[in-house]
Amino acid sequence: MSHEGQGGAAPSVSLRGVTKRFGDFTAVRDMDLDVPRGQFFTMLGPSGCGKTTTLRMIAGFEEPSEGTVLLDGEDVTGLPAFRRPTNTVFQSYALFPHLSVERNVAFGLERRRVSKDEVRRRVGEELERVGLAREAKRKPRQLSGGQQQRVALARALVNRPAVLLLDEPLGALDLKLRKQLQIELKRIQQDVGITFIYVTHDQEEALTMSDFIAVMNRGVVEQLDGPEEIYERPSTTFVAGFIGVSNLMPGEVVSTGTGTAELRLDAGPTVRTGAAGATVGERAHAVVRPEKLQLHATNGTGPDGHPSVDGQVESSLYLGTATQVIVRLPDDTHMTVLVPNTDEEARRRLPAAGHGARLTWSTENIHMVRDLAAGAVHDDEGIKA
Amino acid sequence: MRAGLKKAGLPYLLLFPGLGWLLLFFALPLGFMLFESLKAGTPDSGFLFDWSVSNYSDAVSQFDEQFMRSFEFAGLATLISFVIGYPLAYVIAFRGGRWRNALLLAVIVPFFVTYLIRTLSWETILSDDGAVVSTLQTVGILGEEGRLLDTTASVVLGITYNFLPFMILPLYASLERIDPRLLEAGYDLYGRRRDVFMRVTLPLSMPGVVAGTLLTFIPAAGDFINAELLGTPRQSMIGNVIQSRYLEVGDYPTAAALSFILMGTMLAVVLVWARVAGTEALLGTEGEERRA
Repeated sequence: MSHEGQGGAAPSVSLRGVTKRFGDFTAVRDMDLDVPRGQFFTMLGPSGCGKTTTLRMIAGFEEPSEGTVLLDGEDVTGLPAFRRPTNTVFQSYALFPHLSVERNVAFGLERRRVSKDEVRRRVGEELERVGLAREAKRKPRQLSGGQQQRVALARALVNRPAVLLLDEPLGALDLKLRKQLQIELKRIQQDVGITFIYVTHDQEEALTMSDFIAVMNRGVVEQLDGPEEIYERPSTTFVAGFIGVSNLMPGEVVSTGTGTAELRLDAGPTVRTGAAGATVGERAHAVVRPEKLQLHATNGTGPDGHPSVDGQVESSLYLGTATQVIVRLPDDTHMTVLVPNTDEEARRRLPAAGHGARLTWSTENIHMVRDLAAGAVHDDEGIKA
Repeated sequence: MRAGLKKAGLPYLLLFPGLGWLLLFFALPLGFMLFESLKAGTPDSGFLFDWSVSNYSDAVSQFDEQFMRSFEFAGLATLISFVIGYPLAYVIAFRGGRWRNALLLAVIVPFFVTYLIRTLSWETILSDDGAVVSTLQTVGILGEEGRLLDTTASVVLGITYNFLPFMILPLYASLERIDPRLLEAGYDLYGRRRDVFMRVTLPLSMPGVVAGTLLTFIPAAGDFINAELLGTPRQSMIGNVIQSRYLEVGDYPTAAALSFILMGTMLAVVLVWARVAGTEALLGTEGEERRA
């Protein structure tokens, strides 16, 4: 079954008003989502945010309590898993322990009555792709974790599904192997051009591999964007806090302009931030990434005219390529600053623990984020493929 | 623990109680029985050891009918137990939910009552003036003279009933251990229910199938209570012959020879069955267990 030939009009996967309840618990809440074709799409969030449930509804293992699931524009709600052109790489691989590697990989093709010669050829090719041709006759238990992971990938990919679903597939592997397989997975995805929907709670993994990331929290998508936008311009407090190191300064909106707002920080100063749709009087947070902050001693050497906030250095940690400084603001907010260790002289001049410090930033690097309940987040949802 | 003791053969010391038990209560009696089976004589004049190997051939030629019947009845009972037991174990394992333990208990509870009493109850239930027979006669399934007791059916059903839990429990144990994600993977890879059952569930439950069939077949083939209480001499099995040779006729050499032949045949059956159905499946899931 080939899906490459179909026109690019419909998204690969669409969810329309999908809700999933387990008893009293709502795992996924009224979700609208479009996954563009041929992209590496990641659902990122803490455990219990509904990402795996969403994946399972796309695969056909769970049925939505409400709403519809569309694959290539076709309504597949209620179709059993074996009728859907999706394949899954399971968290613990779920390889058939009684079948050899090649019989595992051949399982899907055999169920679809592909001729024996073709099964043999495609299984061989796929094992070649993942570098396991020599292990074809082995049983899964004779393979290492990384090899099992590759078999699981081959077993799914050999069917050339319209969508490949991956449920934290690297979760059980050690860090080094994870990094290696992240790169490999990304390469394979670009190689085969199949839509990948990848579920993970690891934000670094998501940022490295994805074309698009849907950050989920409590059953809803809080932001759907490219990795850069997610990192540089988080749109909610949750996203800002979940991705990267959170430098969230609470405050109150005092005035709004076009695309900007002024926020009076609890730490003292009033700062101008990039923002959309804020209302005066609303509580919000200003966020600046640690590497976008400059740190100065407060003995008057800080550049004037830049927005700034003063505090006290709490600790300083040498990380090799950079020095991480934690600064406590008057309202007890802790700010992390990452100072690159490019200039040994400058590093020595950094204020030590217990000393006053001034943090400055350029206006384009500060953003205002609000809680999802404050609205406006849904503007960002649904990417036009 | 002192290294000296360890070196002195602690493993053997730990082995001793089990090994001693085995020697005293298994190997020794078996030796006696072998000795007994090679004696010649009559119950009246007594028996003397005589290397009388002909006891074996005589036993076979004299009781071949009962031997065949034993294997036939035990095989039938095993088959019926499997047909009843597999779906039951499957439902308890996969659909049991919070009723699982209650359902398992329900399987075992009848066996709190002794074997003999249970079989005697069946004798009453199936008796000619019992409710079952008269009901079946009324609806015309059973003829005027038709009966349930003292038939092949009653003996086979009695054996089935008595050994059913030995089928269900190992089946349940192996089904319950199957990772449900393996079944999901089967469906995900375009397997319909039947495919997933035949290609995933059944192969993975083979250890339970092998254990269950052996645990049912072996005691069933040696059983004599069911044939005694629910059958007539026309349904008598090899167990009945051995029992009567020992306890009624006092023909010990023949009884001992019959026991040995039964043991040997069972051993052969077990080995062949384990080889045909077992090894691959047993090894497969054994590995899975090790990995988990």
